[in-house]
Amino acid sequence: MNSLSVDILGIGLLGPGLADWASAAPLLREPALWQAGATVVPPPQRLPATERRRAGAVVKASIVVADQAIAAAGLDPAALATVFTSSTGEPANCHALCEALATPERLVSPTRFTNSVHNAAGGYWHIAVQGRMPSTSLSAFDASFAAGLLEAAVQAVATGAPVLLVACDVPYPEPLHGKRPVSDVFGVALVLTPGTQLTLALQPETTATPCGHAGLDAVRSSIPAARALPLLQALAAGRAASIDIEGLPGLGLQLKIA
Amino acid sequence: MRPPGPLAITQHTLVSALGQGRDATFDAMQAGRTGLAPRGFETADIGAWLGVVDGIDTLDWRADLAAFDCRNNRLAELALRADGFGDAVRRAAQRWGAHRVGVFLGTSTAGILQTELAYRRRDATTGALPADLHYGETHNTYSVSRYVRAALGLGGPAHVVSTACSSSAKVYATAERMIRLGLVDAAVVGGVDSLCLTTLYGFKALELTATEICRPWDAQRAGLSLGEAAALALVERGSPAPMGWLLGAGESSDGHHMSSPHPEGAGAALAMRAALAQAGLQPQQVDYLNLHGTGTPGNDAAEDRAVGAVFGPSLPCSSTKGFTGHTLGAAGGVEASIALLALQHGLAPAGLNLQTQDPALHAHILREPLRKTLSVVASNSFGFGGSNACLVFGAAR
Repeated sequence: MNSLSVDILGIGLLGPGLADWASAAPLLREPALWQAGATVVPPPQRLPATERRRAGAVVKASIVVADQAIAAAGLDPAALATVFTSSTGEPANCHALCEALATPERLVSPTRFTNSVHNAAGGYWHIAVQGRMPSTSLSAFDASFAAGLLEAAVQAVATGAPVLLVACDVPYPEPLHGKRPVSDVFGVALVLTPGTQLTLALQPETTATPCGHAGLDAVRSSIPAARALPLLQALAAGRAASIDIEGLPGLGLQLKIA
Repeated sequence: MRPPGPLAITQHTLVSALGQGRDATFDAMQAGRTGLAPRGFETADIGAWLGVVDGIDTLDWRADLAAFDCRNNRLAELALRADGFGDAVRRAAQRWGAHRVGVFLGTSTAGILQTELAYRRRDATTGALPADLHYGETHNTYSVSRYVRAALGLGGPAHVVSTACSSSAKVYATAERMIRLGLVDAAVVGGVDSLCLTTLYGFKALELTATEICRPWDAQRAGLSLGEAAALALVERGSPAPMGWLLGAGESSDGHHMSSPHPEGAGAALAMRAALAQAGLQPQQVDYLNLHGTGTPGNDAAEDRAVGAVFGPSLPCSSTKGFTGHTLGAAGGVEASIALLALQHGLAPAGLNLQTQDPALHAHILREPLRKTLSVVASNSFGFGGSNACLVFGAAR
């Protein structure tokens, strides 16, 4: 068997011209209504004030979309295992560390170092919700969304319990932006549980399904987490669909929505 | 829900400051010989003992994979060449099909050293990084699984787990689920983490590094010794002759603090209990526990309480960080291999550098190697962000 099926109990979204899932869903149904605009990351109320100040953009955006999805699902966040996926860790933090390490003094901020771990978003989330369920943090470069969705679905089916998936990517500042251009902040969260609504299957590599709108498709192709957009469009429209998501060389992920 | 069963480990190897391959590692374990030394790394000397792998820079490198060339992937390549590991994976790929073999590796910093060095060579006018920095193949978190997948010609699902120092324990759980649900038939798991300036200066800034060699569970313990390592294992569906079995994997979160463990080890205890439950074992059926045992005052105290709560005070335990140093994202994989060596040879290693056990800590730490038939060995791995994992392994027989 190389497929597995889940239901989606809640969705969270934050991206360019996409303030949250509730206001974004109509825009994803009618992309002509969508207006390009820089992503605005609201302060995550879930975090205490000190941590809100210290946390980087990946942590903030991840927690904002996670909270949307949890609220929609109506579940206790402390009771959910989590899968966080991101192409890289906190970009501004990484730049600041590399800059400091290139100076003769090499003065590294302990807080920056602590926050440099790839699982910072997952760690802050579990601290904020006081949750002791398992949490993992993944990366698969441009295929990070597909890898995270697959891992979350695997966990849901393997354990028989709902799983919170959070995918988020944030641009690097220069000079790393020149090496790894990511166009803006994008975060998406899905609460998955074993079911029948969404079937994932591994398949040979294919051309990924586009968004059918030039502006949205530019977002999709320029932010790893935004590879979720065609799936979100189909979910917003409530229609059956078959979508190919970018996987790894030689391997694609096919999504069928019933 | 599909119940898990034992997962066959058909090959494994490791490269650390103790040497390359299983024999070099086991010889050091048996002799009580550390790989740590008071030394610097690159241009950094933080006044500590380090577990450095020698011979990385002189390794020959495939021209078609030139973009991947960095210390972290070189360390991975050393492990692919040790104990015939790469050849074993190639045979598995022939058996199952390359697209049916996954790659799930742990790392904390991947090849970030490459970018750290490149920041010294920024264009004086534009600030740009040099053209020879290949970000995706070296620095990016995923780069080590990407390298191993490319080097072995594999085509199955792959990702990197990066949950700090539990990373390469958690990948065993990932692979077990993927194989159980039929998405792959085999997987390369383990971890690779190479020394870099971020790690050296970061842990020093947190005041978690010791100036002397690390001394887990000692009354005078003053912090950790950092190391680097690659540890790889091949797990396969239904093997008739494995080198050992993964019997259970437990994962949990502390939900407490980013860089300090829960003081009672509550999350750690949950992970150990979950691993035992998946294995279908009672605590008294475990013969030896390889501790996370970093040697920082807080980490050892929290783990001691968790171990006591789950296993009581008599289970033979040791931390092998005194041999290898704390290899961070590779530590779970390294200690999984050490657990498998312990099962194979009937030898549980001693905890090095323990002079006087902290009277506040009650775990039964081995002062000499324990030589007896071992049937079940557990291994703990905990990380920043409150990420906990425990693996339970069974002997091949």
